[in-house]
Order: sequence, then structure tokens, then C-alpha cells
Amino acid sequence: MKLIYERSQPERRASTLPRIDLPVPQVPEELRRSRPPRLAELSEPELVRHFSELATRTFGIDTGFYPLGSCTMKHNPRVNERVVNLPGFRDLHPLQEEEAAQGALELMWRLQEILAEIAGLPAVSLQPAAGSQGELTGLMLMRAYFADRGEQRRKVVVADTAHGTNPASVTMAGYELQKVATDVRGNVDVAQLRELVDGETAGLMLTNPSTLGLFDEHIEEIAAIFHEVGGLLYYDGANLNAVCGISRPGDMGFDIVHFNLHKTFSQPHGGGGPGGGPIAVRERLEPFLPVPAVVPDGDAFRLDYDRPKTIGKVRGFYGPFGVFVRSYAYIRSYGPALREMSEVAVLNANYLLALLKNAYELPFDRLCMHEFVLSARHLKREQGITALDVAKRLMDYGFHPPTIYFPLIVREALMIEPTETEPKETLDAFADAMLEIARDAAEHPDLLKEAPHNRPVRRVDEVKAAKRAVVRYGFEEHPDLSEEPSEARELEAQKGA
Amino acid sequence: MSFLSLTERDREQMLATIGVESVDELFRDVPEGVRFRRELELEAALSEPELVAHLEQLAARNVDTGRELSFLGAGIYDHYVPAVVDAVLARGELLTAYTPYQPEMSQGVLQAIFEYQTAICELTGMDVSNASGYDGATVAADACYVAKHVTGRSRVVLAETVSPQVRQVVKTYAPGFGLEVVDVPHRNGVTDPDELGEAARDAACAIFQQPNFFGCLEPAPDLAAAANEAGALSVAHVDPVSLGVLEAPGAYGCALAIGEGQGAGNYQAYGGPHYGFIAARSDYVRRMPGRIVGETTDVDGRRAYVLTLQTREQHIRREKATSNITTNQTLLALAGLVHLSWLGPQGLRELGETCMALAAYAKERLALPLLFPEQATFKEFAVRVGRPAEEAIRAARARGVHPGYALKRDYPGMEDSLLVCVTEKRTPADIDRLAEALAA
Amino acid sequence: MVAAESYPDELRYHSEHDWARLEDGQATLGITWFAQDALGELVHYEPPEEGAEIATGLSYGEVESVKAVSDLIAPLSGTVVEVNQKAVEEPETVNEDPYGAGWLVRIRLSDPAEADGLMDAQAYQSFVAEQ
Repeated sequence: MKLIYERSQPERRASTLPRIDLPVPQVPEELRRSRPPRLAELSEPELVRHFSELATRTFGIDTGFYPLGSCTMKHNPRVNERVVNLPGFRDLHPLQEEEAAQGALELMWRLQEILAEIAGLPAVSLQPAAGSQGELTGLMLMRAYFADRGEQRRKVVVADTAHGTNPASVTMAGYELQKVATDVRGNVDVAQLRELVDGETAGLMLTNPSTLGLFDEHIEEIAAIFHEVGGLLYYDGANLNAVCGISRPGDMGFDIVHFNLHKTFSQPHGGGGPGGGPIAVRERLEPFLPVPAVVPDGDAFRLDYDRPKTIGKVRGFYGPFGVFVRSYAYIRSYGPALREMSEVAVLNANYLLALLKNAYELPFDRLCMHEFVLSARHLKREQGITALDVAKRLMDYGFHPPTIYFPLIVREALMIEPTETEPKETLDAFADAMLEIARDAAEHPDLLKEAPHNRPVRRVDEVKAAKRAVVRYGFEEHPDLSEEPSEARELEAQKGA
Repeated sequence: MSFLSLTERDREQMLATIGVESVDELFRDVPEGVRFRRELELEAALSEPELVAHLEQLAARNVDTGRELSFLGAGIYDHYVPAVVDAVLARGELLTAYTPYQPEMSQGVLQAIFEYQTAICELTGMDVSNASGYDGATVAADACYVAKHVTGRSRVVLAETVSPQVRQVVKTYAPGFGLEVVDVPHRNGVTDPDELGEAARDAACAIFQQPNFFGCLEPAPDLAAAANEAGALSVAHVDPVSLGVLEAPGAYGCALAIGEGQGAGNYQAYGGPHYGFIAARSDYVRRMPGRIVGETTDVDGRRAYVLTLQTREQHIRREKATSNITTNQTLLALAGLVHLSWLGPQGLRELGETCMALAAYAKERLALPLLFPEQATFKEFAVRVGRPAEEAIRAARARGVHPGYALKRDYPGMEDSLLVCVTEKRTPADIDRLAEALAA
Repeated sequence: MVAAESYPDELRYHSEHDWARLEDGQATLGITWFAQDALGELVHYEPPEEGAEIATGLSYGEVESVKAVSDLIAPLSGTVVEVNQKAVEEPETVNEDPYGAGWLVRIRLSDPAEADGLMDAQAYQSFVAEQ
């Protein structure tokens, strides 16, 4: 299909703008645009067709089952889209006087209260823009907390099952990374942890349940190891969908938690974002939270900037407000029954696991939480079929593949998260497909090797993409890559999470 | 619950397949000591009609720009969002897709990101853009992280005329990066290139904003040259809506161009979610943060798009990644692409000219002393109202007009100054109303 | 065209899968067949600057494939006297000819005796077999 710039014709346009009979001031010559940007030039009918075609070449949760592990691809209720587009939210300027933004401030305050209850921690900042920014904010809080106590701590411990964001955030916050391994049951290796942790340890970052979909059975002991040396525990909330109302991070011993509003609380992911990464913390960390906080003031609400120990601001204004509206609406639709959301997420995952565990290797044979990790190691060993091949073949059945090659400690990993919104029939159909694929791996391996068969493109050449690095349209000078030889070099590297 | 799809019968069958008696049993790995024993204290569930009514009530307590004639800007702008943006964003496939990890499932969104990257490169005169950053403030912190690694230097220079939101965020991030932040004060509303150049000696980068926070046009080419001569990366923070009439940062030698995308395609939304953009010369492509889409071919030689140069990113490079960003703002950036494609080059220029013409009319019509009378401006300008700014705001709002932003909130000393913003949605008649409201 | 597996006898090897060819107080360094095979086709080589000091056991540069990035660990200490520009421009050369045209840097040794601590081809092959 053509790029929008290849559909362009000079002098075509979709826009109409007010005609105003006023003189236009001259821009000083040295500041004036010398060459117009080559934006697309299309009529509105062409514009709509172009983006409609792009939509048909995209698979969303609206299209079908999307069991991408660690991404919590649940249904996005349409009522959330209706309410976020109410003019009182959509057309509200962030610098509007507080007395004229009371509805927005109240919504934010209510969401703070809800998240505090779910986390089991009293103080919330809604500001971080996504989970990874929540992580960085949490680590900045650790720095500020220890600096305030006159302590120099330089190390942060991260599990080897962690999302890559954890180690990346550790470095960006100016800390030194220490890795802890996973034991044979899929829990954090507590013996190794004891050796690593000392008075120089600022804290731990942990996902619980882990990216293996397993709840750490020693979580209380882990928390004690850190708290004994005055360290702090950070909860990566990527997998919170498993435990809402079942076990609260604050009760597990965590001091700082981030939420992924775009996972647990159903923000449509839009092909990559937006997200929301609010954090909840224990009392002793509250003074360091970003400004402003939303606080009640009599019958009203206001923005409180008066926090002398704050780390500052981590993004503009107050956070991704539209995401708050959707997540608030989502949680209010459940009310106290939010626990059922997590229960069904875990039920769906365990059901699917039960259907699949005889056909694929299960590295840690336990009940799972909201997701589970299988391995296609046996298929690779016996038939030369990889997790990537399994993923591609699933597309032929109309399913989005699971996350593959993650977590890194499981070879040929297939990380499957069905979420609570899927009906049993979909889980059955997906399991049937997975079982058939496992059989075809032996009998018709080419079906897998050559998959997918009916998508807009077949397997792509990632090496060419990286080497040629064509990252924008070049107009007259745009290269024709189809003239260069290509191979199916879509590689066995992490896809998802 | 309407979002769940299991019947009681389903549940029983599924539990039997798993081989457990109850859902509770599925949680047996959760230690007793950390189990939550009561019900969550949340307000009762709302049905869909009740939920909508509740949120309508909250929304009604906000005074949005449809209910009050607004001249607020200061970084978030009431530009017109075309209907076609809403239509595209309502497409379920685009709305509800995850990050395009599997290219065969995601050619549409990958191509859209490639087209967005192209639009940002064209606007800014740069070679490479990522798929978006969180907002116009965090991309400035991203730029500092790029500059730190490219130059090995440990100071960043920030013009005082850069948006306070941006400056605060840079100052929050800087200590973790091991960077010290140096401010360059404004001289009469703009930045002096000699002062910026002096401060940029031994600095990793120098960030300035065009048009700046006061609405004034900076001597941007001279600022970029001063930073470059000092061996620092020159970083321009620009308004995409201005780039039909104002020069592209790439054309005056900037290393990086960043900005808040909101004005192109996004509603004000009380400050977010929006998108930040970051674009660079090709020299810095390997230091860029976040997702980048590249062109390639499939096995049959068909053109295809895929996430590329991923060894920069956290999932591969982990603690050495160029950034920790994962989730970005693709949907909002898509809105930007649709808006910019709706405008086209001609529309973007007309939009800029319309804003400038209306702002010039407003300057004249208000007949108030300008805070920086010597400086050329784009769509915003600062006036002195001869009394504390919040008094003027209160009085004007009583007449249904929000006259602008009180600069003293960020610049102590500018007690009587108001930053007025005029977009293409305001009319000369609206501006007459503003003049009357401020004269009251 | 990817090379066939081999570990030439005349080279010395480091446990981080780097090789060194010793010649008159200088050494040529590269990565082994095993390393390039584990990484896959290289798409980028980030070399040190000429004149840079490198030290045994520490990173002196990076190579990247599409799926992985790997530090280049110096098997010996010294000063970089030459960077292989062909490997910079066409990093796949390392896959095609890891011990020949795909060399990475040439250094002047600061402590030639360090070479005694490296493995010979036979020892390295046994080491690789255990990986």
C-alpha cells in the first residue's frame, strides 16, 4: 500500500480555515521558513480512505484475541471513550483556575483514594506518564528519601525475570544495578539475595506475580531482608491484574508501587500508548512525591505545590488526565467487585494452562496467576520449530501471538495472558490452535516455517531494516528496498511485554 | 459484570478441567500473611447509565473552553481539532492495538508511525524522529540524556525563556543523569546568544524555545550557532503549529529538535495525554530514546515496516539502554499525523499566519503596554494590566472571558503581566470582548 | 556468507570469546566464531577511538546484531593503533571472516606478558564445548 506522501498531489488539501481580513505581520527574514515542510496533500475523502486502510492492516483487541503476556490486553469498554470526550474534560485547559476545574480535581482525588486502597499504601501521585516513568519516579523517591536521611546508598537489586525497564530505570536514576537469580520453583533466590543485600542497598524492584506468572512464595521473607537493612521495596505493577483485592502490594511489604493504568485499568493502548503510571507510597515517602498533589480543601479540591522535599515534576502539568478519566470510569463500573476481575483473569489463565501444558514444556509446574510461560524448547530440539514459528502460525488462526522470548531465563518462551474479558469459547479455540500447531510441528513443519500465510505481509527482513535504517520517507530520493535481496530474518528476540 | 464473559456453567467446567474445587484454590501460592481478608473499600458499582450521569456531573463542574472565551495558552493550546482526527482515532483496530511487536499483525500502525516520523522530520528539518515521547517536557530530559552520552559532558544549559513545565522536569531528571543544570536569564524577553554560548562551554547541550514561553521569537539561528561553537548540542524546543511560518531547527544547525505535539491534533484534556516529539540529525540515531519504525521488505520483496534499531532499547540493552521508555504516546502522535495531513503545507502556513494576524490585532485592540515591546511574537504575547494579574483574570472571568496566564506564577516580579494566547479559533469579535473584559 | 566454525591454532583466546593475534609487541583483536554465531548477523560495530587505552577484561567497544548487543572485552591491554574501517562500514564482514577481514582493532601492547594468561585454541574449544 502507498504511503500517505505517495498519495499526495500538489494543491490538494483537506483543510478549510477561517478567512480573516487582517494584515499578517512579517516574520523577521532570518527566522522565516525557507522551504515548506513536505506534509501530505490530500482531499478529505482520500485522507479517510488512507487511514481506514491502515486500520484494516492493524490487529487490535477489538479485532480478536490478543494474549500478549505482561501486556494485559483486555477489552476496552466503549463507555470510557464516551465519557473521556465530554467537553468538560476534553476541552479543559490545565492552567484553568482551580475553582473552575473542580470536577477534574475531584476525579483525580477520587482516583488517588481508590488506588491507595488497592495498593494498601496511603499516598498517591498520578503524575507519571507510564509504568517505566513510574519506576523512575519511584527510584528518584528512594534517592530523595536516603539523601534526606543523610545516607549514601548506591545499589538497587533487580530480579533476572524483570522487564528491561527495571534495569534501564536503575541506571537513569543514577543507581548501580545488582541482579538476583530465580530459584527452581520460579521464586527469587532468597539465599543469593541475602548475600547481595547490605547497608549500601537502596532497595529492590520486583514484579509480583513475576513475569513467569508466579506469585513469589517468599515475599514476606524478601521484604524482611530489605527492611532489616533499611532498604525500600519497589513493586512493578505490570502484573497487578492478578491480585486486585486479593493481595495488596503494601501488605506484601512494598513501599512504592506503580500502576499501569493502560494494563490493569483498561486504557486502550493505541498502538503503543498512551499509558498512565501513578505511584502509591508509604507515609514516610509522601513528602518527596512529585508536585502538585490534589488535596481536599473544605468542600473543594486544590493543587498543592507546597512540598519542600518534593523531587519536583516528572512530566508536564498533572499527568495523563484522559487516562485517569477512563480508568476511574472502569473501576467505578466494578466497585468493590474488582476482586472478581482478578479472579477471572487467574481462572482464565489456569484453564488455558491446563489445556496446553501437555503439549508444551512448562518450566515451572505450578498453578499460575494471570499469565503463564510455556517453552517450545522441545519443538526446537526435535523439529527445529521455534517459538517464533509457533507465534507466526497462530496468526493464520486469527489470533495475535503471545509474548515470545521473554522472560529471558526461559528458552523459547511463550508468555500467554488471556485476561478476564475472554469467553471460554475463545480460550478453547486458542488452545485447539496451539495443540494443532504442536502436532503440525512434527507433521507439516513447513506450515509453521512459512507462516503467516494470510497477513498483509509475510515474514520481514529485520536485518535489512537495521542496516539500511530507512526511518523516514525520502520523497524523490526514497530507496526502493524491494530491489535488494531479502530473507526472512525476523529474529528470535523478545517480542512483546 | 458486563466486562466479563464467563457464565456460572463455564466456571464450573473450567475449574474441573484445572482440577481444583474453587477459584480460591487458584491462589494457594499467595502466602496467608499477605492475603487481603476484607472487601475493597470502593464505592458501589455503577451501571453504565449511572456512570455516564456521574461523570457528566463531574465534567459539568469544569469550565471548559466551550463555556468560557479563553485566551489561555502557555504550552497547551486551543487549536481546532478536525473531525477526521476523531474519526480515525475511533477506529477500533488503531485504538486497541498494543505496541507493534509482531509486524505481520501491525503493518497499519507501523506505517502510520513511519508517516508520523516523516512528518516530524519534515517539520523540524531533521533526519530521524522516534515514535513519540510522553510530552513536551520529558522529551527535553531525553535530549539531555542523549547529549550526556554524545558529549561526555555533565552540564546542561536551559534558557529561562523555556516553558517552566519543561525546566522543572529537566531539573527533576538531571541529578539521576549526573547532570548539573545552568539557567540563562532572559534579556528583554529573549535569550542573548553570547550569554548562552558562554554558559554552553563545557556543557552537553543548550536548550532554548522558539517561540519562547513569553511568545517572543528568539534569535534562534544565533542561539544554535553559539551552542554549536561551544561544542554543546543545540536543542530547539519548537511549536509544531509555528513551523509553517517559522524556520525549521534543522535549517539553522540544531542537533536536536523537540517539542510538545498537543497543538497538532490533540485536545487540551487538562494537560494530557498528549505527545512529545524528539527528532535529531542522523549522527545521533543510535542514542535516540524509544521506538523507531524502519522500512524493510518481507520475504517476497514487498515493502514492510518494523520496529528497528531496537538494540538501543530497554528490552535488549537493559541497564545500558538509551532510555527506559516503553509505552509511548502513539495514539496521540497518530492524531498529530492526521491533523498535519489534513492541513498540508499550505494549511499549516495559513494556520500560522491566521494566528499571527489575530494576535497582532489583539495587541493593538487591547491597547495595553507590552511586557517586551521590542520583540516579534507568534501567537502569544505578554501584556501589563496595571494591577495584579489575578485581579484582572477574576474580573474578566466574571464577564465570561479567561484573559490568559498570570506570568508571576512562574516568574516572580512579573506581578501585573498576563500571557495572552490567540489561536485560529478566536475571532476579531472575540478579541473585542477580551479588550472590553480587560478594560473593566 | 557465514564462515564455518573454526578456532585457528596461531591465536590466543579470552573467556569472553575474543581472540588475539600477537605480532612484535602488537596484537590484532577480534571476536571468535562462537561469539559471532551467538550474536547473529552483525549490523553495527562501535569501535574505540584510535589512541584510546584499553585494558584486559574491560570493554573497548560494542557490536550489535538485530537482537543483541555485546560489549567487546579486551583480552590484552594496550593502545589502539588502528580500527578496522571495513568492519565499521560492513559489520557482516565479522560473520563472514571473523579471524581475517573481520578483525576489529590493532593495539600496541602495554604488557606483552599478559598473553600468557590467555587460552590456546585447544583450551578455548574445550571451554566453548561447555557453554
